[in-house]
Formats: sequence, structure tokens, C-alpha cells
Amino acid sequence: MALTTTSTGSAATAAGPVPHTASPRPPRSRQQTRGLLLIWAFVAPALIVYVTFVLVPVALAAVYSFFNWNGLGALDRFIGVDNYVRALTDPIFLGAMMNNGLIVVLSLLIQGPLAIGIALLLNRPLRGRALIRTLIFVPYVLSEVVAGLAFRLMLPPGGPFDSFLTSLGWAGDKPLWLADPDVAFWTLFAVITWKYLGFAIILMLAGLQGVPEELSEAAAIDGASWWQTQRHITLPLLGPTIRIWAFLSMIGSLQLFDMVFILTGGGPLNATETMATYMVEYGNGRSQIGYGSAVAVVLFVISLAIALLYQRFVLRRDLRGAITRG
Amino acid sequence: MNRRAPRRWAAVALTGLTIGALAACSPAGDGGTGGNDGGSGDDVTLTWWHNGTGEPLLGFWEDVAAEFEEANPGVNVEVTAYQNEELQRTLIPNQLRTGSGLDLYQQWGAGELAAQVEAGFVKDISEDVAERAEAMGGVVAPWQVDGATYGLPFNFGISGFWYNTELFEQAGIEGTPETLDELYDAIDALKAAGITPIAVGAGDGWPAAHYWYHFALKSCAPEVLQDAQSSYDFSDPCFLEAGELLNEFVESEPFNDGFLATSAQQGAGSSAGQLATGAAAMELMGHWNPGVMGGILQEETGDENATPPEFLGWFNFPAIDGAQGDPTAALGGGDGFSCTAWSPPECTDLLNYITSVEVQTRFGEIGAGIPVTPGSEAGIADVNLQQVLAGLQESTYVQLWLDTAYGPTVGGAMNEGIVNLFGGQGSPSAIIENMTNAAATL
Repeated sequence: MALTTTSTGSAATAAGPVPHTASPRPPRSRQQTRGLLLIWAFVAPALIVYVTFVLVPVALAAVYSFFNWNGLGALDRFIGVDNYVRALTDPIFLGAMMNNGLIVVLSLLIQGPLAIGIALLLNRPLRGRALIRTLIFVPYVLSEVVAGLAFRLMLPPGGPFDSFLTSLGWAGDKPLWLADPDVAFWTLFAVITWKYLGFAIILMLAGLQGVPEELSEAAAIDGASWWQTQRHITLPLLGPTIRIWAFLSMIGSLQLFDMVFILTGGGPLNATETMATYMVEYGNGRSQIGYGSAVAVVLFVISLAIALLYQRFVLRRDLRGAITRG
Repeated sequence: MNRRAPRRWAAVALTGLTIGALAACSPAGDGGTGGNDGGSGDDVTLTWWHNGTGEPLLGFWEDVAAEFEEANPGVNVEVTAYQNEELQRTLIPNQLRTGSGLDLYQQWGAGELAAQVEAGFVKDISEDVAERAEAMGGVVAPWQVDGATYGLPFNFGISGFWYNTELFEQAGIEGTPETLDELYDAIDALKAAGITPIAVGAGDGWPAAHYWYHFALKSCAPEVLQDAQSSYDFSDPCFLEAGELLNEFVESEPFNDGFLATSAQQGAGSSAGQLATGAAAMELMGHWNPGVMGGILQEETGDENATPPEFLGWFNFPAIDGAQGDPTAALGGGDGFSCTAWSPPECTDLLNYITSVEVQTRFGEIGAGIPVTPGSEAGIADVNLQQVLAGLQESTYVQLWLDTAYGPTVGGAMNEGIVNLFGGQGSPSAIIENMTNAAATL
């Protein structure tokens, strides 16, 4: 309490006019200095970590991206924007960007409605509901590497998954889940959906807890059906949750790496390449750190642009006063 | 007011602690000297990184380190094994860049070594190991740059077909294929018997690329190959011919199902695993393959003492009638170790010990590979490795793996072009184009 009172007092003093000094900026009171010091003391640890591990690496990558550098010798072969030109004209990188874009769109169109539907169902009184909720969340808890390896072991030709399909009555040749360039992308998307659907459902369920029951009751009294209630009351009130989930999903899809790297390594024939796997393979794997940095910067700029635009135009209402102004 | 002071100081102290903790995160940077186990100040610690994550190599290097420590009081050897690709592509380059902490490390030689030497990370050990290098002869070449020695190999062999003698018998194949036509006949016979002829780990790139290397070796004269290594000029028609020979080979469909996603060495589903478990009859692979197969069988059966399969045989890549290349040329490579530029003198002592006849003979005895130091051949107990050694000794010219020879940038682009051909999306000329384009970005 004492803290609050003091701060308010000092703020009032600072804000008011100070008639007996000639200088345009009033001298800082001791209390104000102390307050600033305190703010810095609390912000500093997070700021130091953020600057060291986020801002500095981003800036370094931006610098490297203008050099032809194998990561070992001196940084002395400046080549301007050549790395960017090379990346943006490389059909494999453009294909990787397409794959990222496709995953963004498919995630929103398929995972979103699926998660909302399942969350609505799980929100109704149901026997064993807690068990089902837990089971749905299990894939998300598994580490990406464990899940990726598990699928890699299950999906080879004639492997456990094919045997399972045979036991269900599919006698003929199965698709080459990971080895056929036309199939592998869809296999990857199915695995990603399996992995992240649980997270979306849990988010939606949490959002549903914030929808007041009184509204549904009032609607029921007015004669609304279950569908009408969901459509006109629950879904609109779930809006903020859906928008936040979509944001997380988009950023996750753009930066997708672990699962792809473990499951397919970007193959076969670059069919499942994402911007991040391309960066590792063509930057790190081929000792072209300068080029890899340029790819990293492209990925960073795309993610940043989408994040800012989304916050500005979609999340604006939800975040009012928190991040955006006005 | 005074009640606030302790909080403020607590905050300042916390900040100080955080900065201190961050500072503590940076590497000690003492050049590998100084004991960290509370020993006296005169102790020397050698940090040694290798890729022998599986037995028998893992235990063998630990033994060697312990013996060296015993013979050299005051020297600690910290030996650690890392997974091959991680070690080569990430850990070693990152550690070298810090300029400290690592002393003796795995060295694949040639293009990669040249880049490390140019950056000043590798110690010139020409004088310290002159005698040993002289005795080893030509195989040291990949570990030399401009006449100076920057490392020594401990394992060197050539690539060829590892095959299942029982499955060959089952398919009625007599002897081993000596020519490409005989290899085609063997493939047909195996297919007719319902056996997958060849497993290839095209998912990893290089195992598929080795086919093109072999065809290039058969098509191109040794001088052409050697010139290309420094000029990156691949305009000689023999490179195109290699792609055409490979195309023909791929079109005969000798490979396992889903080979584009098959890895080379991981688990029973890998190409080595398929050969080890009898799911495929052949695999074109380096001399390390028995060790890899033994490791996979140990994992799959849970039997720590599982050995490479009994049915294993080896034959050299078949000759091609009318080809321009040297028929007795072989494709090979090896593993070596380099000392970092900042390593203490004990590093070269350890390297000399590792490549001594005594340690090399034991290296051959455990069947992990083919020792390099003359006089240690007698240690090779494995019959198949003896065959590989015979193949190596018979060859007049040994071409280093082309991707190692060309370095990761051109090598990676080459391998990618070759895998595309395997997957039906490339062409012989696209491989050359890939290599030339990559060379232009160097």
C-alpha cells in the first residue's frame, strides 16, 4: 500500500507545473529517480536475455546475409544482396515457401474447425470426458523428436502402419507414405494435425469456460436449438480464443522445423521442404552460412510482417491497450 | 521510505546475479589447458571428439585415451563420441569458430579440411608426424593441404558391394559379378527369386550418390577427376556419361521399395539394416558397413555381443566394357584426426600414439575398420575387411569420395542432383548443372 501511495504522489508532483524554476525540464525528484531505477532493475534481467539471445543474433544474421561466408574464415567477402537474389530465385526455396503457405492455410481450414467442433462436443456432459480430454492432449505433450521417430518407424513400406491397413482389409499396394514425393507432404500434414490438434482443442475448451452459461440458458428459454445457441452465442464469444489460436498456428506453421527434419528431412526430392529445413540444409549443411543467414532473414521478415499485420487488423480488439495503441 | 531500500537493493543484486550468470555461460576459453577436477595447475586436458558412438569403437577409443593418460602423467584426455552428421556439420565448425576448447577432432579431409586450414583453425603437424606420414604413403593425401600435413588417417578403405551369400545362392547366382552386365544378370535372378536386389539409403543422399561416383570413376580418366577437384570444371563428357550409365541402372529398378526415404544406417529399416536382416541382397557401401550392421543387430536383438551377419560377402564395383576410366581405380576414403591450432603439444603425441602400429593393429583386430599404418594389416581379423584391403592394395588409383573431395557446397549440390535422378526428376546434365552452379557460389 505504501508503495502505491508514494508512486501516485510522485507522479502528481512531476506532472504538475513547477513555477519556481526557469529550466524547461523540471529536475527529477529523488522519488522519481528511485522509481525509474526500480523499473530498470526489474526489466533488466529480461531485457539482457532478450537482447543477447534474440536481437543480437537477428542483427548478426542480417550482417552475415550480405557476405559470402562459409562460417569458418574472416567475414571479408561482401556480395551485397546476391544471397537474397539467389534465395528468391531458387525454385527449391520458393517451393519451401509454398509448402509453408499451404500448411498455414490447411491448418486454419482443417485444424481450426475440427478443434472447435471437438471442443464443443467435449464441453457437453459426457461419460469419461476427463479421460478423452487427456488422451486428446497426449500428442501435444510428446516431444517432436519422439513423435517424429515413432511415425518414421511406423510408416516405412510394409511397416506396422501398412500391416494395420492390411488387417483392416486393404489388401493391395499401399502408398509410399514418406517416400513418394506426391504423398509425403500429406503424410506430414496429417502427422502435424495429430500433434497439434490437442493444443487447439484445449485452448478452445479453455475459451468455452469463459462463455457465461446464463446466455445459453436465456437462449434455451427463448426456444433456441443447440445448434442455434452454438452458432449465435458460443462461437462469437469464443472469437478471441479462435483469433489467438489462429495466430499461434500461423507462426508455428511458418517456422515449422523439428517434425519435418525428423520425419522426412525435407525430402523426398524436396517435397516437404520448409523454409526452416531449407535454411539448415543449404546454409549449415553446405557450409554457406551467409546464404543460410539470408534465408533466415527472409523467414524472419515474413513472420514479422504477418505477426504485425495480424495484430494490427485482427487481434486489435482483443489486445486493445495491451500491445496496440488506440 | 527506508522500507523500500532493501527491495531496491534486492532488485539490483538480482540484476547483478543475472549478469554474472550470463557471463558464466561463456566458454572458459583456456585453450584446453588446466584441470577442472581440482588437479594441480600443471595438468593438461585434451578434449577429443570422434564419431564412434557404437561398440566396439566407443570402448576402444576410451581404452586408448586411458592408456595415453597412464603413459603421460598429468595429461587428462576427455574423449567424447558424437553422432556423425551432428559432429561434422554442427559441433566441430561451431567449436572451431570459438577458437578454444577442442584439441583432437575427427577429420574427413580434403575440401572441408582446406576450408578449416584457410581459416587458421588447424595445426600444421608436418614436422611432428613426418615419419608416420611418410610410412603411410599416398593415403595421407586427403589430410594434406599444399604439401603440409594437417591430420592423419586411422582408417582407410574402399567402397564396394556388400552382399548376402545365402540369398545369392537361393537365387542361383554363382560367383560374384565381375562386369556390369553380370551385375544386371544377378539383379534379374534375385528379382525372379522374389528377393529385393539392392538396398540404398537415398534418404541420406550420399549412399545414392556413391553409384554416380563409381560410374564417373569408370568413365573418367584419373587426370580428369583430379583436375576437376581444383578447377570445378565438369565439362568433360565423361561426367555426362556417368549420369547416363546411372540412369540406365536406376531404370532397371534394382532398389528397395521407398528408397527415397530410406536412411543408410539407422535401424532395421535402413539400407544397412535391410542387408543385415536379409530383407535385401546387396548394398553399395564403404568398408565401415560390417560395424554398422553389427550395431544395428545389437540394437534390434538386444544382444550386446551381436556380430555382423555370417552370410556377408564383398565384391568390388564391377568393370564396364569399353569404359574410358582406369579399370583398377577404386573409390574410397577414410577417417582421420586433426589437432586444433591452439591445442597443446600433447595433442600430436596422442595422434602419434593412435596411429602407432600397436594401436592400429588392435584397431584391425576389433573389426572396426581397416588400419592405415603399415605393419598393422596383420590385425585385420574380419575376412571381408581382408577382401576390402586386397581391393585397396590392387587398385592403382584411389579416388576420394567425390563429395568429400569437392567440399560440402559443390558436394551437396552434386548429391542432390544425383538423388533427383534416382527419384526420376533429374537428368545426367542436371547433375553437372547443379555442380557448376554451386561452384559459382563458392
